[in-house]
Order: sequence, then structure tokens, then C-alpha cells
Amino acid sequence: MTLTDTAPAVMRPHAEDVYAEELALLAEQDDRQRPPGWRLSPQAVVTYLLGDGDRITPKYIGDRRLMEVAVATLATDRSLLLIGVPGTAKTWVSEHLSAAVSGDSTLLVQGTAGTPEEAIRYGWNYAKLLAEGPSPAAVVPSPMMRAMETGAVARVEELTRIPSDVQDTLITILSEKSLPIPELGTEVQAAKGFTVIATANDRDRGVNELSSALRRRFNTVVLPVPGSVDEEVEIVSRRVASLGRALEIPAVEDTATEIRRVVTVFRELRDGVTSDGRTKVKSPSGTMSVAEAISVVTAGMTLAAHFGDGVLRPADVASGIRGAVVRDPAADGPVWREYLETVARERDGWHSFYTAAREQG
Amino acid sequence: MTSTATTSPAAGSSAAGSSRVEVLGIRHHGPGSARSVVRALEALRPDVVLIEGPPEADDVAGLAGDPGLVPPVALLAHAPTPKRGRAASGDAADGSGATPEPQRPRAAFWPFAVFSPEWQALRWAAGNDVPVRFIDLPAAAHLTLDITDDTSSDDHPVPLHEDPLARLAAAAGYGDAERWWEDLVEHRTGDLAVFEAVAEAMAALREDETIRHRDALREAHMRLRLRAAIKDGAERIVVVCGAWHVPALTGKLPPAAKDTALLRPFLKELKDTGHAKATVTWVPWSHGRLATRTGYGAGVTSPGWYHHMFTAADRPVERWLAHAGELLRGEGLPVSSAHLIEGVRLADTLAALRGRPATGLDEATDAIRSVLVDGDDVRLALVRDQLEVGERLGEVPPEAPAGPLERDLAARTKTLRLPRQALAKQVDLDLRKPTDLERSRLLHQLTLLGVAWGRQVGTSGKGTFKEGWEVEWDPGLAVDLVAAGVHGTTVADAASGKVLHDAARTGLAGIARLVEGALLADLSAALPPLLDTLRDQAALGHDSDALLDAIPALARTLRYGDVRGTSPGSLRIVLTSLFTRARTALPAAVVALDDDAAAALVPRLREVSAAVSLLGRNERAHSEPDGSASPGDDTAGGLRGEWLDGLARIADRDDLHGLVAGWIARTLRDEQAATSEQTQARLSRFLSPGTPARTAAAFIEGFVGSSGLILVHDAALLALVDRWLSSLSDDAFVQVLPLLRRSFARFDAPERRAVGERVAGRGGSGERSAVPLHPERVARVLPVLATILEKK
Repeated sequence: MTLTDTAPAVMRPHAEDVYAEELALLAEQDDRQRPPGWRLSPQAVVTYLLGDGDRITPKYIGDRRLMEVAVATLATDRSLLLIGVPGTAKTWVSEHLSAAVSGDSTLLVQGTAGTPEEAIRYGWNYAKLLAEGPSPAAVVPSPMMRAMETGAVARVEELTRIPSDVQDTLITILSEKSLPIPELGTEVQAAKGFTVIATANDRDRGVNELSSALRRRFNTVVLPVPGSVDEEVEIVSRRVASLGRALEIPAVEDTATEIRRVVTVFRELRDGVTSDGRTKVKSPSGTMSVAEAISVVTAGMTLAAHFGDGVLRPADVASGIRGAVVRDPAADGPVWREYLETVARERDGWHSFYTAAREQG
Repeated sequence: MTSTATTSPAAGSSAAGSSRVEVLGIRHHGPGSARSVVRALEALRPDVVLIEGPPEADDVAGLAGDPGLVPPVALLAHAPTPKRGRAASGDAADGSGATPEPQRPRAAFWPFAVFSPEWQALRWAAGNDVPVRFIDLPAAAHLTLDITDDTSSDDHPVPLHEDPLARLAAAAGYGDAERWWEDLVEHRTGDLAVFEAVAEAMAALREDETIRHRDALREAHMRLRLRAAIKDGAERIVVVCGAWHVPALTGKLPPAAKDTALLRPFLKELKDTGHAKATVTWVPWSHGRLATRTGYGAGVTSPGWYHHMFTAADRPVERWLAHAGELLRGEGLPVSSAHLIEGVRLADTLAALRGRPATGLDEATDAIRSVLVDGDDVRLALVRDQLEVGERLGEVPPEAPAGPLERDLAARTKTLRLPRQALAKQVDLDLRKPTDLERSRLLHQLTLLGVAWGRQVGTSGKGTFKEGWEVEWDPGLAVDLVAAGVHGTTVADAASGKVLHDAARTGLAGIARLVEGALLADLSAALPPLLDTLRDQAALGHDSDALLDAIPALARTLRYGDVRGTSPGSLRIVLTSLFTRARTALPAAVVALDDDAAAALVPRLREVSAAVSLLGRNERAHSEPDGSASPGDDTAGGLRGEWLDGLARIADRDDLHGLVAGWIARTLRDEQAATSEQTQARLSRFLSPGTPARTAAAFIEGFVGSSGLILVHDAALLALVDRWLSSLSDDAFVQVLPLLRRSFARFDAPERRAVGERVAGRGGSGERSAVPLHPERVARVLPVLATILEKK
């Protein structure tokens, strides 16, 4: 079963659809005990995330320990809180975890400053409510409620953006595993297998800190930025390749050099020091995340495929990098120019990149 | 009898005539091995136990049964104390003969924790009245001979021969060898079978390795001792040694003649050095020191965890997390029982997920991180060391012979009547008194050794002959003292050794401080090599900052040398050459500086300046009654002259940073190396409209520095500054205002007010005389003043 068979018109299919084959393979071979409500055993979930070097592709490249803690947390019916700066694959991990554990990554609550309580508990079909009075049929369940009913994983994105009073509606759900519906005098009790994966980023200002009562109900896993250049190159290459397939960008040759260059620039600006540790550079105001590096390379490939000669050239990524670095023209412009002049200019094999970047300002 | 040994079916054992020999291959400091060893001993009930360790320790092995000997402890082997003995130790360093050889350790350690298999074997033997023999090479060999090998151990963190189990564990995909041992060995309890499996694994590992010369010697010696034990008629013999050596001691022992032949030249060499006998005793040790590499192979990374695993009665994970929770609460972080419950659940689930038979440190740490501290590594770090190292101090009963340093220190503290007390106490020393001087030297020597008994504090009285110390003896210092024993056998010796050891690993300023320390501690034996190092470093160094940094410490040393009765002869020569280099480097060091560099340079220059003027005033400030003091004061005076001359040469350069220029102008003026006219000329040149406003303001900052008194009292200068300020255009004034404000904000409020009053009162007409004096009132004050002055 391939991507085009199942969802030809969908722009970004869900993880459980894209990797249905791998999930099926794992389920078939998996002879270990599965926690109630789980599609796979915890070991198989870890294998799904990290790959087995053969038919299962790695979804998360990084510390095995972190994934083990994450899966073990879900296996103890605790909730999982993934924290990290933007672009550290929090959402990505959360999606794949829920796909592997319950085969459904769509029970999603997107946290915003305007997320209402109904998004976490339930709403009403007002036409029915007025016509028939309160009845189970008039209840509009939230993704959370549906996850409880089916014993699946519910996802909460950007938990810290949700206003504090709304956040706290999660407390009962997480500790009692039940959701009272006082209007009907009933409650929904979670089926076995229900759990919550929340993500939050610790970089943005103006977020609503979790109350300690809520915090206590989560096990926390901090996702770090990739530890080494090679690791990051690997992540970017894999994501770019799969995105390229999904977006049907014509094949582009020789991407390795430019991907390494993009990753190097991003890492150096993020860390504030060159990779050899010799030169200090200023960091721009943006986060220079892995996710941005991926989109820079994808954009560059599109340029190369449609307007270039089918080979990813320095000029194709230069403008993308500039866009990612210079968020605030007044502050970041000099940072970028300084980086070009002091670091990029002298570096072997970077001449064409330097020239291309300078032409674009 | 020895040659008739036959191979037994079990790999870990052999039968030699009527003797049955079991070799227990262990992992040093492995709690798993420790438990296995105890079980094996209980099962075998040997009548002699042979342990890998220095044979000199046989005599003190019995102390293991003493309840006063509480691990962590270490066997300390030290080379015999030099003949002059401890009575002369105070001035031992004065003699030329006592110069320690810098590279050779003077002591060696074999540390044991409660979870060390060797310790458990010792305890078992002591409890069951079974004799213990140590079978490794004599400790003297470590102290006197170079039997280290060609292979440097730096390229691989843990060389194979030191921790072969770690290598096996790594091959099996385990990061922690103890973990692997636990998983693979501990949880398949089969007493002796465990050791047979280990023996087999080691035999396989050793097939591909060349045995190092050092190991060959050690194993030959072990066999020698084993044969001796068999000969003594022991029927059941248990050997406890590192797993690596098991294959060498099992099976059919090679002919004794071969081992003897191998050992003979070595033992002869040992005898020839005259130090054939080392003394061994028990000393207290600590978990912190256990965690660093010493003695037996690799250090233990988490002694706290091992200790916990070995001692916890039951439910080790629950207890561990509870302990972590307690520590976190101590740091003010809220940890509830609910946290602990969830933490234990996570740790256990993780262990199951990872396919481990039991929950280990990795899982426990992951659980603490994820549940107890919300994934925050910073908060985890607060308690991680306390948990994993779990600092613990050993105790040694008074019957144990004390180590040489301890003996020396005890003797000296007794002579000097400076008892070691746990209570913090201030001691003021008058360096003119011989006893106080010796006390000061002792405290300085200990400080150099890293035994922080005393901390130097200010004294109430003025004068260079006074020294204040706050002394507080912490039990942990005993361990520091023991560890310092590698550098020598008396406090003075060890301090000399340590100083030379450190000097090879630090920069110019560091060496200068060591020289200062060595003089204060009266380590004259260490001084010549130290000064050589200093000179070499100064000759090779290009860093003028380092040169400048080195001078003040040396100058202080030279200055106070007289008080302490030391004659730092060659020090003066070194200082002079160092100073000359610095002065030559000065013009290059002061140009092309940015604000930060200039701000960093000025304090350096100030220190040097203070140092040389200190030397210049040496004679005036302090005079020795015997008149022999300060030979070559001309040199000191000369240095001062040269320094000011050097400053004067660069004072008028245009490319100076304003701050530096201002400071130089001020210094030359204060030191009376520039006339008032010259100073005024400098000021007006730097403050004239041609100078950029920023430079001018920086000049002012450098010139007036931290005290405004010069402006209050020197009306001519004030007038100059005032004129410059008034002449600024509006724009220029706004530009310099922040800088000016910064310099003036450093003055005390009364000073600022005084300056303001001066400016306000001065008007346009130049100076105004001071407040007119009232003759009658003055007359009434005079008798009081006279009384005060006479009294003084």
C-alpha cells in the first residue's frame, strides 16, 4: 500500500496512513505483550520510532533513551509532556507515537489562546438541545472525549498556549480518567489505552505556565536540538526526501552538499560559534530550528527542479537561509552580513555560496 | 608439591596435590562481585584467602575485623621516610638532600568501599579467623621502579587489562559494566558457576591480547605466593583477584623456576634501590576520591548507587527515589509521594521495556528526570552528585599505624601547639616569633597541598609581620592529606613535590603565585627548579599580559622575604629579567586597544606599578635590626626608575587608549616622575578640542580613577579640567556626559560635593584661599592635638 493508493488528493496524509505498511509489519512480527488498548508492544513502538536499520525507517533521529522514556510513560497510563524549542520534532514525535500506539493520530486539540473548554470536554448541538432537551445525542464530543471512549491517544498541541483555566479541565481527565457530564448526570469513563500526549515549547514568551497540579500529572521529556552535525544532516535529508515525494517535486540531484551547508549555517548561528570552535558569531533573533532548515532545503529543491538545472546549487538555498536568519531586518541583517564576511567568505568550497548570498543582500 | 598440580575440570579451580584452589575473578568495586564472593566464601570455607594487593599489607589485614575501620578506606603504601625523620621535618626542605624526585609518586593507594569484593573477602576472613595473604607485587615496586609499559593508557579511557569486563559488556551493548554483570551474572545465581563462566570469558579474551610486561610480572608474583600458600599446607585456598588474572592462576601452574627467573632481575633491582620495604597502613578514604581513577583500575562513576545497591535492605529503587525526593526537597523543590509512586512505576516500566531483569541506575535517573524534576536537567544536576557519588567518609581505628604525612602533621601540630579542631577559630600570627613563623609555614604548606585547613584572613593590626588565619579542621581533610601523600612523606616534602607538579601544568602567573606560595611556605628546596621553570616560561611566552600578571606576586615575595627570614637570592634576578621583558613588551601592549582591553590592562598596570613602588620603598617601610636586610635595594629602586621611565616613554603617544593614557599621566604625577607642568601639558593636550570627545572622557576616567581627592586638592588640575569641560560644544558635551558621569559616580558623595563646591566657589578668578582661621579657636584645639601626637 503506498501513499498514492490511499490518499491521492491529500496534501499531507496522517502518519498512520503513510507508514501503514511498517505498522502492519511490526504488528505482524510483534510477539511481545501489548498493554491493553495498544496496537503494538512498547518495544515495537520504540522500534517504529527509531527504525531497525532494515524495513522500518527511523522517524526520530536522536537519543534512544528519550524515546524509551516517552513510550514507557504511555505504558504506565501516565500522560506525556514533550518540551523543547520550536522545531525539535515535538509534534512529529507526538503524531508518530499516537499512530503507533493507537493507530490514530487525529484526535487532536490545537492549543491557542482562544481554545475553549468545549475543545477539551464536550459541546452541544444547540438545535438538538433546544428541540429535545439535554440528551446524549445532543452532546458534541471533543477529540479528548472520543479518545476516552475508544481508549486511544489524545494529542494536545501547544498546551502552554491554552489559557490556564481551560488547561485545568485536563486535571480530572488525567487523574480520574473520567469526564463528568453534569447536565446528563452521567460521565464518560476512559477505556483502557487512553492517554494524552501534550507538546509545549519553552522558548516563546507570553505562554501560560502549567499549574503544578497539572504538571504533576505529566511525565516530562525534553527534546533537545540535534547533538551533532551528522545527526542533523541525517534528519534534514530524510525529512526533505519524504517531503519531496509528498509534494511531487521532480527529482533533484546532489543535495548532500547543500544540506550539509544549510545545517552548518543553522548550527553555527544557533550555537553562536563556528563548528571548529574558533570564531564567535552573533546569533540572530530567530530560533534557527531544524524545521526551518528542512523548509529551506525543500524550497531550494523546488527552485532547482522548476527553475534550475535539476541540481541543488548554493544559490538555491542562499535566499532561503537569508529568509530564515533575517527575521528582523534591523537587528538580524548585520548579523547575517557579518556571518557571511567573517565565516562564509574564507571557508573552502563556500565561495559560490558566499557570492550568491551577497548578491541577494 | 607445586610441580605436581593437576588440571581440574572446573575452569576457575585447580587441585594441587591435597590443596584445592578456587580462583574468584572479580570486578574491582563491583557490588555484584562482592555478593558473589561472599557467597562463594561461605560455600567453600577456605583456610586461607589470597587477595590481589601488596604483600606488605598482610600485617594490617587483620584490622578489617575492627569495627572502627569503616569503609571507604584505603591501603596506603608509602616509601620509607627519609633518614632525617620527622623531628627535622620543619626545616627538612632547607637541606639539599631532601629534594624530592618530582616525577615519582611517594605513596600508592588501594581503596576499598563496602561494596568492594576485596573488602568483603577481608571482612569475611577477619570474621572467620582465616588468614589473609596479599599476593600482588610488593608496593615498593610502585614507588621505586618504573615498570609502566610502552602502551600509554591515554588513548583508551579504560584499557582492556584494567577492566576487561567493561570490554565484554560493551561488546554486549551495555554502557555500564556493572549493569551487564548484574543482568548476566547476578541474576543467574549459581555461586561458583559464575566464576567459572568469568574464567572462561577471560581465557577467551586473553587469547588475542599480548600480556603486558607489568602484568606478566604481577602474575608471576601471584603464582609465587600461591605456591607458597600451597606449600604451607593449606587445604582449601581461595584467590580473590581481578578477572583478568584468573587464567594465569588456574589450571596447571607453569614451573616455578620460570616465574622465579622472570622475577629475579626485577626483585634484585628493587633491592638495589634500597627501598625494598614499603610501609602499609589503613587510611580513611571517601566516595568522592573513589569516583576518580586511583589504585585499582578505573574509578567508580557512581559509588553512591553501588553503595545503595549493596546496602539497601530491600526495594532498592523505591528507596533510591525516596532518597532523591528527600534531597530535592532539601533544595526547596516540591516532591510529593505521588511523584515517587509515578517515578517508580516509570523506572520499572522502562526496565521492562529495555529488557533488563532489574531496574538500574539508568532507569532510576530517567525516572527522576522525567517525573521528579519535570525534565529539567539543571534541577537534576542539583542532586545528581549527592545521589550518585553519595559522599561518605571512611574511618580508621586509632590502632592503625598512621600514614607518614599524618604522622608528620601530628608531630608538627603538637610542637607548634596548633591543635586540629573542628571549630572555626581565628589565629593571629606574629611572624617575628619563631613559633608563629613555623605555624604560618605549616599552614602555607598545607594550603599548597590542597589541604584547606586554614584560610588566610585580614588581621586587625597593620604591618607586614602579622598574618591572620581562620582554621577549621574538617574530617574530609584527612582524606585530602592522605591523597597528598603521593607527593612526599613529610608535609614540607609533599608540598615541594606538589608545587613542582603544579608548576609544570600552569602558566606564567600561576608559577609566580606558586613561587610566592613556596616562599611563604619556606620550601627553599623547590625554589630553584621553580624559578627555572618561571624563567623558561617567561622566555618562551609572548603574552605581555601574562608577564604583567606574574610580576606583582614576585614583587610581593621579594618584599616580604626579609620578614620571613628567607633569602630569595636568585628570585631578584628572575624578577629583574621578567620585568625587563615586560617593560620591553609594554609599548606593543598598550596600543590598539578597544575599551574592554584597555579596562583590563589598567588594573594590571596598576598592580605592577604598586609592586615596583613597594620594592622601591622597601628600605623605608621596614628595617631589620641586624642590618643585613635588602641586599641590592638599588635593584629595587632601579626597577622603579626603569618602570616609570618606561611609562614616560609611552605616555605621549597619540595611539594610546584614553583610559591608559589618563592612568599613565596620573601615575607619573603621583610617583613624582612628571612635573606639574608636564602633567598639565598632557591633560590639556588630551582634553583639547582636537581629541575626540570619547577619548578625552576616557582619559579623565583613567586620570582621576576612583578617588576625586586629587581634584579637590589640586586646584590647578581642577582648573584645567574645568576649562576643558566649559569649552565643549553642546554636542560634544552630550557625547562625553555619560562617560564623565561614570567616572564621577565612583567618587564618594562627600568628594563629589567637595569638587562641586570648589568649582562653584572658584568663580572665574582662579584659586580662593581656604576658610580663614580664627586664632583664638585654633589656640584651643592645639593642646588636644599635641596630646594626641605625643601619645602616638
